[in-house]
Amino acid sequence: MSAITAACAIAILIPLGDIIYQAALLGGPTLSFSVLTAGLPQPCSVPVNGVPCAVGGIGPALQGTGILVGLAALVSVPIGLAAAIFAVEYRGRFLGTAISFTADVLTGVPSVIAGVFIYAYFVIYDPALVFSVITGTLALSVIMIPIVTRTCEEALRTVPHAVREAALALGIPKWRTTLQIVVVSALPAILTGILLSVMRAAGEAAPLLFTAFGSRLGFEGFNNPIEALPLLIYNFAESASNNWIHLAWAAALILIILILITNILSRLTIARMVRRMRGE
Amino acid sequence: MDPTTPSSPIRAPRHRGRGWTDLVFFGLVAFAGLFVIFLIFAIAAILITQSHLAFSTYGFGFLVGTRWNISPTEQVYGAVPFIADTLITSAIALVIGFPLALGSALFLTTQAPRWLRGPLGTVIELLAAIPSVVYGFWGLIFLGPYMRTTVEPALHRYLGWTGGFNGNETGTDVLTAGVILAIMVIPTISAISRETLAAVPVAQKEAALSLGATDWEVTRTAMLPYARSGVFGATILGLGRALGETMAVTMTIGNHDALPTSFFSQGQTISSLIANELTNSAGPLQYSAIIYAGLILLAISIAVNVVARLLLWRVLRVSRGSVE
Repeated sequence: MSAITAACAIAILIPLGDIIYQAALLGGPTLSFSVLTAGLPQPCSVPVNGVPCAVGGIGPALQGTGILVGLAALVSVPIGLAAAIFAVEYRGRFLGTAISFTADVLTGVPSVIAGVFIYAYFVIYDPALVFSVITGTLALSVIMIPIVTRTCEEALRTVPHAVREAALALGIPKWRTTLQIVVVSALPAILTGILLSVMRAAGEAAPLLFTAFGSRLGFEGFNNPIEALPLLIYNFAESASNNWIHLAWAAALILIILILITNILSRLTIARMVRRMRGE
Repeated sequence: MDPTTPSSPIRAPRHRGRGWTDLVFFGLVAFAGLFVIFLIFAIAAILITQSHLAFSTYGFGFLVGTRWNISPTEQVYGAVPFIADTLITSAIALVIGFPLALGSALFLTTQAPRWLRGPLGTVIELLAAIPSVVYGFWGLIFLGPYMRTTVEPALHRYLGWTGGFNGNETGTDVLTAGVILAIMVIPTISAISRETLAAVPVAQKEAALSLGATDWEVTRTAMLPYARSGVFGATILGLGRALGETMAVTMTIGNHDALPTSFFSQGQTISSLIANELTNSAGPLQYSAIIYAGLILLAISIAVNVVARLLLWRVLRVSRGSVE
């Protein structure tokens, strides 16, 4: 039996290994500092008149992803953290459970639906802004809010009850106990949870198809479309131009590296924090 | 306690303004909490209002309409091709993914050497963190051609008689999309199954061992029945992920608006339909029909997730022995 189960475990590692291997093989050689900053090139597969294909870069996509997830974090972190505080610190109320449950269900709602939601809303109420940084930010926020809520909840739950009771017994008001003692104690876990949800949003393409939309240029104001790494991968992957496909692999490699690093770091942080809270 | 001291109930010292600041704080966090609940209703409300035109045109007949034709002369929209492809690709994902996920979860909880369990579990969970567009890219460039040249001819040769493995072997079809989905749901199912298997009480396993059960018998008689509803919940959660997955499917399924005739048919799931046609719909009726399809997807994914979460909450809560 153990041979079969071990084979299962090995089998599911093959795709992961191959994805990382191919991204490193095909994106690695393209990757350089100038690729990170340069603009998107004209499509090109073979040298024309002896002029080799421009390598170009993914600058606008990297910049766009940074802007979109940064703004989405500004929107979703306060809401998600506050909702988590309500669910954990005011527990015992039916609403707290309802919020955790709704957040769990929301994380299971397909990300493409978040894009449809924001797109349809702006088609009705503000059609001029349908493809813009604003809608892209809101679509990513819809995805991030439930994730931030759940990860912050888990983080707040690692703080022992005795800490709250000690603070309240000293006469510190509930809001200060919560913000300055409970939240601060859980801060490493909260920050890693936020980082994880940011990285999740950074990899989302589906909700951006109808919101941020993509642009060959860099940031041109909040009312205009903007490029993003996952959008670039989607659009360039299906192109027939070699230099575009290479850039798509470079973009994929960057996303994979960022995501693996943040995931591993956050696991280590959370594990250390749980140990500390248990007093080990 | 000394009975002579006057009994004074312990009271927190008063602070100026404590009452109203606490109240404001409570109001703010309660507002945010309610906003999370409001969000899911807002999403449903927008989709319902925007699908109104299609709903008033087709009613529930949309759910049994088998044709999707956007030509202006004969516009007709039915959701069956997309519902069918959504269900078929998710079914393929579970058929392939579930055994591998459960096997790996069992390996990690019962058989792997202890030093391997943590790192290997982490690596499997990392699979879930890779963006779906990267899976789609890999599926388009590597998995698709491999399916076309190797897997699909073999399936056709040995299983062609079933009728399900005929037609052009293109590698961008329902089967390839299903395989990509399998790869993507495995980490979800495996990680949560592992959690529920690890939550089986030690006494339960020791009882089986004391009766002389072998390792495999312990797993089969003491662990799997106990963890069954948790593993089931994990699988449903994986199903939810497969049903709504967009980018990886859009890049590997071939995007064809018609009923599939075999596993080698090019198809379109509800989510890939939305990704491909929402922003360039030919008119208000098509736009509304796409949103209607999105509403169906929303309803399915909410139902699936509610079931999965109820199962998992119960299992994991009971095992933690607390009312968290």
